[in-house]
Amino acid sequence: MRRALFILALLPGLAVAQDMVTRDGVTLTQAQETRAETIGDQLRCLVCQNESIEDSNAKLAAQLRQIIRTQVVQGVPDESIMNYMVQRYGIFVLLKPPVSPLTWLLYAMPGLALLAGLAAFWFGRRKTGTAAPLNATEAARLEDLLRE
Amino acid sequence: MSPLRRRLFFGVPLAFAVAGGEGFYILLRRMQAQQYDPHALPSPLIGKRPPAFSLPGTAGMQGFANTDIAAPPKPMLVNWFASWCVPCAEEAAMLGKLAAGGLAIWGIAYEDNTQALKQFLAANGNPYQRIAADADGTTAINWGVYGVPETYFIDKSGIVRWRYAGALTDDVVASTLNPLLETYS
Repeated sequence: MRRALFILALLPGLAVAQDMVTRDGVTLTQAQETRAETIGDQLRCLVCQNESIEDSNAKLAAQLRQIIRTQVVQGVPDESIMNYMVQRYGIFVLLKPPVSPLTWLLYAMPGLALLAGLAAFWFGRRKTGTAAPLNATEAARLEDLLRE
Repeated sequence: MSPLRRRLFFGVPLAFAVAGGEGFYILLRRMQAQQYDPHALPSPLIGKRPPAFSLPGTAGMQGFANTDIAAPPKPMLVNWFASWCVPCAEEAAMLGKLAAGGLAIWGIAYEDNTQALKQFLAANGNPYQRIAADADGTTAINWGVYGVPETYFIDKSGIVRWRYAGALTDDVVASTLNPLLETYS
């Protein structure tokens, strides 16, 4: 009971101490910032196309980071934020594209490669069988060679 | 190993290598001929109307809203550009030629200021019937613009039929824009 009261007494202090961060002009809690970073890590920067929005220094990436953070603070769910981006930039904006008729070959590739490897292995293996027995002449020749 | 099997062992990987090489060759040829840009993205706006916006004019020109391009009398271009953008200056001559040929081109100045824009227009000519200012880039994000210049072809029902990222060249005009104009006018 005493312990519970002690923890209760600490709670308001925790709330005040919960550090706020400011990133790209939006102030948010550390938890919200982590959520925003997780979203941004999954989105491609359209300007430098092999970087995520989080990693990119491009101005457009900074604007998109700001939009993500504003929406995170407003409590918009992750999926809606992703949809916001896909509506504007297409599925190319997703660093991990969804499985669709356009991408199934991409996702099936490891399985197909494994099948191809197994097939190559199966059809390429050497035939091992018992060798035909030596005939009389061959046996005699072998005797000779061994005796030398 | 039977002769057929041996031949397959040699032939199947060879066929893959040849097909791959052929594929790359075609890709590089098309890139060289500027028919294929690996960085170009398909626009989700194709087949749709541009999202709602209303932007003020700049550099003494009238601005416009999405309702103003909802039903143009003829197919038109909306060109995103900026005075600070080098390819935009290179593109200006082509836009001037198209405007002189009777094509309506409306511009949206992306994150620009009036003074720099006036100088840009004085130096490179003004092919635009209207110029709206998207000073903070919000409308650009709603359109899915990811750089300047970008050109959108809008048909008579206000629907986006084509988006081109980069400066319009003779090749692009001949291979894509002119056929579109024929189809939609």
